Amino acid sequence: MHLVDVPLLLILAGLSAYAVLGGADFGAGMWQLVGGPRLREHAHHSMGPVWEANHVWLIFVLVVCWTAYPRAFGSIMSTLAVPFFIAGIGIVLRGTAYALRSGTVSLREQRTVEIVLACSSILTPFALGAAIGGIASGRVPVGNAGGDLASSWLNPTSALTGGLAVVTAVYLAAVYLAADGVRLGDAELVRAYRLRALVSGLVAGAVALGGLLVVRSDARPIWDGLTSGSGLAAVIVSAVAGTATLLAILQGRFQLARGTAALAVAAIAVGWVLAQRPVFLPGLTIEEAAAGRSTLWAIIVTVAIGAVVLVPSLFFLFRLVLRGRFDADEPEPETVAAATPAQARPNLLLVAGACLAVGAGLMLVVDARWALIVGVVGLFGFLVTGFLAVATSAAEGEPQE
Amino acid sequence: MVTAAAHAAVVGAGAFAPVDQDYLFQARQMQAMSFAAHIPLVCFGVAFPALVMFVEWLHLRTGKPLYLTLARRWSKIMLALFAVGVVTGTILSFELGLLWPNFMATFGDVFGLGFAVEGFSFFVEAIFIAVYIYGWGSLSPRAHFLTGIPIVISGFTGSLMVIAVNGWMNHPTGFRLENGQAVDVHPFAALFENGYFWHELVHMYLAAYIVTGFLVASIYALGWLKGRRGPYERAALVIPLTIASLAAPAQVIVGDWAARDVAKTQPVKLAALEGLATTTRGAPEHLLGWYDGHEVKYGIRIPRLLSVLAFHDPNATVKGLDTVPADERPPVNVVRFAFQTMVGIGVMLAGIGTFFIGVWLRKRRLPRSVWFYRALLLAGPLSLVALVAGWMTTEVGRQPWVVYGVMRTTDAVTGANGIPVGYATLALVYLGLVVAVAWVLRRLARAPLDIPNGGAIDAPR
Repeated sequence: MHLVDVPLLLILAGLSAYAVLGGADFGAGMWQLVGGPRLREHAHHSMGPVWEANHVWLIFVLVVCWTAYPRAFGSIMSTLAVPFFIAGIGIVLRGTAYALRSGTVSLREQRTVEIVLACSSILTPFALGAAIGGIASGRVPVGNAGGDLASSWLNPTSALTGGLAVVTAVYLAAVYLAADGVRLGDAELVRAYRLRALVSGLVAGAVALGGLLVVRSDARPIWDGLTSGSGLAAVIVSAVAGTATLLAILQGRFQLARGTAALAVAAIAVGWVLAQRPVFLPGLTIEEAAAGRSTLWAIIVTVAIGAVVLVPSLFFLFRLVLRGRFDADEPEPETVAAATPAQARPNLLLVAGACLAVGAGLMLVVDARWALIVGVVGLFGFLVTGFLAVATSAAEGEPQE
Repeated sequence: MVTAAAHAAVVGAGAFAPVDQDYLFQARQMQAMSFAAHIPLVCFGVAFPALVMFVEWLHLRTGKPLYLTLARRWSKIMLALFAVGVVTGTILSFELGLLWPNFMATFGDVFGLGFAVEGFSFFVEAIFIAVYIYGWGSLSPRAHFLTGIPIVISGFTGSLMVIAVNGWMNHPTGFRLENGQAVDVHPFAALFENGYFWHELVHMYLAAYIVTGFLVASIYALGWLKGRRGPYERAALVIPLTIASLAAPAQVIVGDWAARDVAKTQPVKLAALEGLATTTRGAPEHLLGWYDGHEVKYGIRIPRLLSVLAFHDPNATVKGLDTVPADERPPVNVVRFAFQTMVGIGVMLAGIGTFFIGVWLRKRRLPRSVWFYRALLLAGPLSLVALVAGWMTTEVGRQPWVVYGVMRTTDAVTGANGIPVGYATLALVYLGLVVAVAWVLRRLARAPLDIPNGGAIDAPR
């Protein structure tokens, strides 16, 4: 393990998280294409609180890639411009659908929004998967749009990876939605999504295994990587976890199935990266692609510090979701009793005036760094105190009236 | 290690050599459109959570149910706009690579870190916005209020990092250039020690409150003019109006600071803003008018004002466009027009704000003139125009450079075909997005007002 590999591990972690969590989002979107209103509503409701956070994993992967491996990033995005653009459009449509959903009142309106969401939920993972297929099959050379704009993502490997992204998303979502149904104590939902999880799990497994043959003929280095050493280990983990998921679903152990299904999908992403190492792009190894040491350290330290904030926050969110705290439909919030009567605050106004005088004076008249700093602080002091003074009393009403 | 680095430099310099792109202008337009669609949402991401939290805090403090109703309704709008901001922001990050791969390949390691921190902010924002919205009923009032704090902080840090990157593009520091490659890179220095970071940050932060405040206020001003003037509507009007009214005059002072920094570090941009062809001692300022390549025609000339504004000295020498070759000058009229639009609207907004605060301080009531509310109705959309005009000023004013003085925009652009197709597709999708957002905001606004207990206060005051 070298310094140049560490950001790749971060990318791999982000990619796995996106494949699992973002995948479940996409899948839940796709499941809104079929089934009765109750099943579709369940698919929507389950993802409502988490889809935005799940989406950020993609941003995380992008920013680590462009910071740590800028030349690889420039090459990938320019050659694979078409699938990434399609994915971008899909992402916009998905976000729009989520925003629109909160305004719908009739079932008809809801249905329209669901169809937009479902179609864009198929489009996006397919396009992103196809782009990965282009990288994996060595169709992205180093350089500015150096590869073929069409065949770099319209090829056997891309068809496989795009399809695999779609079916694993469908499968993950079905498993999660079944597990959520158990939490809600809704037998109908559990039954429906259990069956879907089994069928889509079998399909996903078949595509993954059958896909190995495509890889063998179209992306030989990846085949070699997946059939030996650590790549093979990842394939085995994925296959075992996938089988375990099916068994767990059959036995109705959905919490276990959540974990094993995630492992099965994440292992595919891990296997790809392991199989491709140490080549990033044809003629460019990971080491050659990597940024300088100071940048690599900066990104590693930043991610480590970020993780300290992120991990507990994610834990907090998922705990609330998985414990069903957000299940009730629009619960009434508690109103609170008056704590302290509102008081007039003439002093605040004086403070605000003083802050403005000091801030503006220093910023406009004195040409020095310290004056700017104190001046800006003064200006913000003016904004905060002035706002508190005016808004609290002006919002309350006019005593004279 | 040395050989690997040398090889990589060769690979980079060769593979990312400038390309011939027929549609550079369309690529820039596409980027500008994507940016203009996203930046108003950034304003709401930065400023709106603080306003919602303030209203929630009023509820905690006074116990008045109308504040709770207002905070809940605003929080739904906040979520809808955040969702749209998430996806339009994603498009921007995609476009960095799709449209400007050479820029990313050459400098991703210098400024990319900024987006990494932004990514974490975005994570925290997404997590706590979900908790905040879905937690209205399931968390205790105090715990719920606390979950809003990370949203406000991460909204600030996220935009801070993006501003740091933009500051770096205007005033590149923290690296050396060797054979077309950035070496000796110090990412933190690049982001935070560039001369543009601080004034851009403060300028944008205030702009976020001005735009959000005036836009929200202008919606309730419309209701006010139609006779909707109950206590609920009053609070909904006054709270955003107050912050915008205070921030708008403060922005004038910050703008002066920004202009002086530009004069020092990007004299060509300043010369373009003002249409100053030749270096002049005691330079005049022109309002309006048209730059014909040599001077400003038909403008209102104010002697020495430019020297005063740029250097706080009526005799100061201001550098003209002639200090650089013609191919290193930005398109003067576009930049100048954008700049004057921003300043003109900014001064008007400051006037509206000062009037409101003045009336309140002297009479402790809202202005009564119907013209004030009509002006307010315009102030919202105009603040948006000023926001976009301001960004046009700094972005077009930096041209022909993407990284000022280091990399030209022509050298950054992709070699891929099909930019016009992408541009047209995205324009159509964004048109649909605007219609969709307008529709959903209308729907949310028209949902019947439901104030618990008929608006009565729970406890005696």
